[in-house]
Amino acid sequence: MSETLTRDQIIKPENLVYRRTPLMVDRPLSYCPGCGHGTVHRLIMEIIEELDAQARTVGVAPVGCSVLAYEFLDIDMQQAAHGRAPALATAISRMNPDKYVFTYQGDGDLAAIGTAETIHACNRAENFVIVFINNGIYGMTGGQMAPTTLPGMKASTCPYGRDTAIMGNPLKITELVAQLPGTYFVTRQSVHTPANVRKTKKALRKAFDYSFAKKGLCFVEVVSNCNSGWKMTPVQANQWMVDNMFPFYPLGDIKVPQDAGEKE
Amino acid sequence: MAKLKGAIVIDIERCKGCEVCVGACPESVITMAKGVNGKGYHFAEPTGDNCTGCTNCAVVCPDGVITVYRVKVTV
Ligand SMILES: Cc1ncc(C[n+]2csc(CCOP(=O)(O)OP(=O)(O)O)c2C)c(N)n1
Ligand code: SF4
Ligand code: SF4
Ligand code: SF4
Repeated sequence: MSETLTRDQIIKPENLVYRRTPLMVDRPLSYCPGCGHGTVHRLIMEIIEELDAQARTVGVAPVGCSVLAYEFLDIDMQQAAHGRAPALATAISRMNPDKYVFTYQGDGDLAAIGTAETIHACNRAENFVIVFINNGIYGMTGGQMAPTTLPGMKASTCPYGRDTAIMGNPLKITELVAQLPGTYFVTRQSVHTPANVRKTKKALRKAFDYSFAKKGLCFVEVVSNCNSGWKMTPVQANQWMVDNMFPFYPLGDIKVPQDAGEKE
Repeated sequence: MAKLKGAIVIDIERCKGCEVCVGACPESVITMAKGVNGKGYHFAEPTGDNCTGCTNCAVVCPDGVITVYRVKVTV
């Protein structure tokens, strides 16, 4: 073929290399422009597609911006009361050991109101995946301070920044659950660049494989932007996340399987 | 010598104009339109013909509105 190919000559079904997975329902996402929720939804569905497990997967949606995840993910879904997704997923995975089960939760859901469910499900070594979207605030309700809000970070309920002397310290719940014997694989990733998206997908794939193999609870945190809550453009918010969130919430694997002998 | 030539198709009505894809393109062949879509967003559009079909823009697009095609050409 010569180099003078036109667009129309390239845009043909046989040359397709990337399209949105059909496991994402064909409907506009309810998220703000540039919000990482959409990217993580798609990655999970790409993995379910690769595993050919659409009919063998149950997801549990949280309360938060992703409360409507069941509208977008074309799999069986439940929607839990605020913070209770790990309790629901415990029942679902125990009743259906042949299914891939995961929860999808924000930091307000998982690390505030749902802290007990999170910790006990992790400690019991339940066989499901927790996907944890950490954007440092309560996105859905208007950007209030969350347990994950950084020291000095502004939120609608701490407009001068989080003062740890009054408001306490941020909770690194991912490091915390990594200490528990019931977690098998614990990692922290992000989806703000193509390279990070690809890494996150690999991490999620491992998590789904391990939990399906009954190795214990797999916990994947994705540090993400809430550009609306942070009151920035999406591109600014991603930069702010790199400059401020990553030093406090460093990316990488926190707990890797001892028996597999692999590290990234 | 083999070279990769790509082309992207953006679903402009579903694009939310976040601009995340623009900075993710190593060939700088995505630009934001002056016009707006039905929701009022300045949507992304391909420009120039240096796209290599690397898929970077598509994997990072939060709304998954980019489709990528690629062919190998010999020059
Ligand atoms: C029992 C109960 N308490 C409080 C709320 C109000 N509420 C809705 S979403 C939310 C916080 C969600 O924040 P997060 O989990 O961080 O998710 P995000 O919206 O940032 O993705 C709260 C407190 C509720 N719906 N139910
Ligand atoms: S409010 Fe924040 S978390 Fe919610 S959709 Fe918008 S950017 Fe995403
Ligand atoms: S496929 Fe790669 S080169 Fe082509 S527009 Fe997207 S990011 Fe740019
Ligand atoms: S990343 Fe997607 S939604 Fe954002 S501007 Fe590009 S095409 Fe539009």
